[in-house]
Amino acid sequence: MASLVGSRVERKEDKKFLTGKGRYTADINLANQTYAYFVRSPHARAKIKNIDISKASKASGVIRILTGKELAADKIGGLIAGWKIVSQDGTDMKVPPHPPLATDSVNYVGDHVAIVIAESLDEAKNAAELVKVDYKVLKAVVKTGEAMKSEAIHDGIEKNLCFDFGLGDKVKTDEALSNADKVIKIDLENNRLIPNAMEPRASIGDYNSSSEELTLYTANQNPHLTRLVLSAFCAIQPEHKFRVVAPDVGGGFGSKIYPYAEDAVIAWATKKIERPVKWVAERTESFLSDCHGRDHITHAELGVKNDGTITGLKVETIANLGSYASLFATVTPTYLYAPLILGLYNIPVAFCNVKAVYTNTAPVDAYRGAGRPEATYMIERLVDRAAREMGIDQAEFRNKNFISKFPHQQCLVHNVDSGDYSGHLKKALELADYKNFEKRKKQSAKNGKLRGIGFSTYLEACGIAPSAVVMSIGAGVGLWESAEVRFNATGNVSVFTGTHSHGQGHATTFAQIVSDKLGVPIENIDLIHGDTDKGPFGMGTYGSRSLAVGGTAIVKACDKIIDKGKKVAAHMLEAKPEDVDFKEGEFIVKDSNKKKTIGEIAFACYLPGQYGEIKSPLPEGVEPGLKETAFYDPVNFSFPSGSHICEVEVNEDTGETKVVSYTAVDDFGTVINPNIVEGQVHGGVVQGIGQALYENAYYDKTGQLITASYMDYAMPKADHFPEFKIDYTCTPATSNPLGAKGCGEAGAIASPPAVMNAVIDAIGTEISMPATAEKVWKACKKNRKSKTKAAA
Amino acid sequence: MKKISLEINGKKISKDIQDHTILSVLLRDILNLTGTHVGCDTSQCGACVVHVDGKSIKSCTMLAADVDGSKITTVEGLAKNGKMHPMQEAFKKKHGLQCGYCTPGMVMSAIDLLNTNKNPSEKEIRKWLEGNICRCTGYQNIVAAVKEAASKM
Repeated sequence: MASLVGSRVERKEDKKFLTGKGRYTADINLANQTYAYFVRSPHARAKIKNIDISKASKASGVIRILTGKELAADKIGGLIAGWKIVSQDGTDMKVPPHPPLATDSVNYVGDHVAIVIAESLDEAKNAAELVKVDYKVLKAVVKTGEAMKSEAIHDGIEKNLCFDFGLGDKVKTDEALSNADKVIKIDLENNRLIPNAMEPRASIGDYNSSSEELTLYTANQNPHLTRLVLSAFCAIQPEHKFRVVAPDVGGGFGSKIYPYAEDAVIAWATKKIERPVKWVAERTESFLSDCHGRDHITHAELGVKNDGTITGLKVETIANLGSYASLFATVTPTYLYAPLILGLYNIPVAFCNVKAVYTNTAPVDAYRGAGRPEATYMIERLVDRAAREMGIDQAEFRNKNFISKFPHQQCLVHNVDSGDYSGHLKKALELADYKNFEKRKKQSAKNGKLRGIGFSTYLEACGIAPSAVVMSIGAGVGLWESAEVRFNATGNVSVFTGTHSHGQGHATTFAQIVSDKLGVPIENIDLIHGDTDKGPFGMGTYGSRSLAVGGTAIVKACDKIIDKGKKVAAHMLEAKPEDVDFKEGEFIVKDSNKKKTIGEIAFACYLPGQYGEIKSPLPEGVEPGLKETAFYDPVNFSFPSGSHICEVEVNEDTGETKVVSYTAVDDFGTVINPNIVEGQVHGGVVQGIGQALYENAYYDKTGQLITASYMDYAMPKADHFPEFKIDYTCTPATSNPLGAKGCGEAGAIASPPAVMNAVIDAIGTEISMPATAEKVWKACKKNRKSKTKAAA
Repeated sequence: MKKISLEINGKKISKDIQDHTILSVLLRDILNLTGTHVGCDTSQCGACVVHVDGKSIKSCTMLAADVDGSKITTVEGLAKNGKMHPMQEAFKKKHGLQCGYCTPGMVMSAIDLLNTNKNPSEKEIRKWLEGNICRCTGYQNIVAAVKEAASKM
């Protein structure tokens, strides 16, 4: 049987999606179902003086209206921040209460005030308009940079400061900068984004009051953790009586890795009314209440010798958490950001300070890359500026400072196991035809366009998260993964994973791995995930972890299956277990022609007393059945890296910027399915170009979200892009047996600085993301004026 | 209330609907054809595209009352005798989908393109699909799938 790992297997899950037979949460309808609509705050910051539901309760079809008062009376707990961060002065981070329904105050437009449950959605919506909320409107705190100077929005949280985190050696970094030949400085904004998975969030709660069992169907990347939070912290339902099902999930990009207020309220409400309750977000609700991403302000300084060697790096960041601290909100701008500020450069000393602030905006949480895009944007813009100011070629400056010996212990946290950074840069330069860039620039100029080229060489830390490593830097929990590999008696295989999939094709990738490991045809292997009743507890899908951590758990479970199979085969073939080899689905006794297929072994394990056989095929002490579970906690992060090169053309007269060429050469370690990996790169790159050129979540000074629909929030479209050039290099990860590093986030991490460096190269001035036509046009106009002045 | 009669995926049906019932609601909630998805409420994302009398339209912004007497094809109606439509086959072959949410609308829209223009250029494909948002694929493999289907249809 030919090896499937590394081959372009067509996806097993595609047919159902292509024929309309996918099953997303909103596709589920239950008998006797009711419909929910949320009353949301129209104000960014207000005290709730009174909620009057008397008129709304009498409206047609209304079953129940619930507010924060009932929620508090039922002692339903608030949503939590999952990672404790300790400030530089040794104090714990400050986290405000986050009730799923507001009790006395609302803190962003879209905050949850009441749930209206009715016989139909129309009736629920109509009644919601009759809920009268008396607000005392307060001045909102909106801008990231102003939060610390503004009135505190949460009681007892001075300066709106959640924490003031530091990583690295401040004294030595200051020394390095003062001794440097040159200090390159930069001020950056990392624009706020709205994840915009195409499937809006949805939840259906179904409580059976007789069995006391609660089922929550929800569009979620992480059903086990969702159940844990709703059980342990919100106290809605004991875990053993609580099933969370995340069926097909229509994209997530991080925005569906935790339970939201709606999940908690729907799970609680179905218990109150003892009927199924269904809620499906409208797109504007998604814009308002899905957690947003990014939103940093950063000042950074890089110490450099005259020959271009980097001597030190200092970074100061303010990260906007929004109104509350969401589940992954505190880990994103700290452990997932600060260690990555070094990029893939050999920087001897560094210090990173992150101040996380609350504002009256939607909560900010992990979004594709989570911390790593922000770190990469900072270091790649800074390195670009350094090369430019020092008159050194972009590729040469980077190459000179690359880490080149592995393993490499960085000065902050990570021990990078493998990589070949010059290798992927060289390949990218060839693929992008760098040496002929000037010719293309001249040609563009002939056509009246400004052409620019931008580089981004990046390093990520994926495979989130090795407990030993993250706990050594203060995180309370690590994130292992689970798997169960279950042979059925007839020889086909059911694989259960604690991860999930929201489009990444795990049903195919994981089956490829199992097929190779066990020698079972891929069509006889099925993956089961997304249901807390079916598989073992797991940590979900995010942080490019599913393959490196979840895939490894599957490999470990397969190894246990093979070990047991050897014992059974040895017994059946009257040999010693150590004399039995396993290869391509067959157990073979060394130096003989005696063998059993793994299917025969599985059958014998389940049906040991076969007709006509006198003795059991199972050796003494071996239990019947063939199913093994493995829990895998990685020993280290995995470290994908790559070189991306972007070329843009700018029309000075209109400000329109077009990406005309994009090259990505990535090192993801072992690639299981190149089709799927390339798809991840394409999608990630487009999300990153979206951040650089189009997307921006914009709140006005009163805290109203101006970009709350696809009319106002610019999404990347098919006609914005050229065909990307994609290639790989491969240095396998040493931290897992697959050698896999993770590929889901790379595109979104690498592309924003590549694009922005190209735009800046084209127009010759600093510009912030997104480089919209208006901004670019203004910058070009200003440039022209100063040029004319200089000429005069 | 209004009674409408129409043909959906080759089957003739009659239904009593409310005057304000949207076509996507008729398809998803009344006829249980949940292959047609709703990704926005402003007619921007295109996840809800179906064919009405052979032409692609966004079903989230059309009243069900307006399709009285029409022939409608949804993504569920494309496969014949268990064999997928060449466009569906091409999306599978070229990995033109990831989460699958935008896929039905994307496929329906792409088929209408090829009905209109048998051999579109890459630029024409990208321009045509401007009204269908995909957040996963970066569009590259969708464009490749449409080219592949054009060579087969």
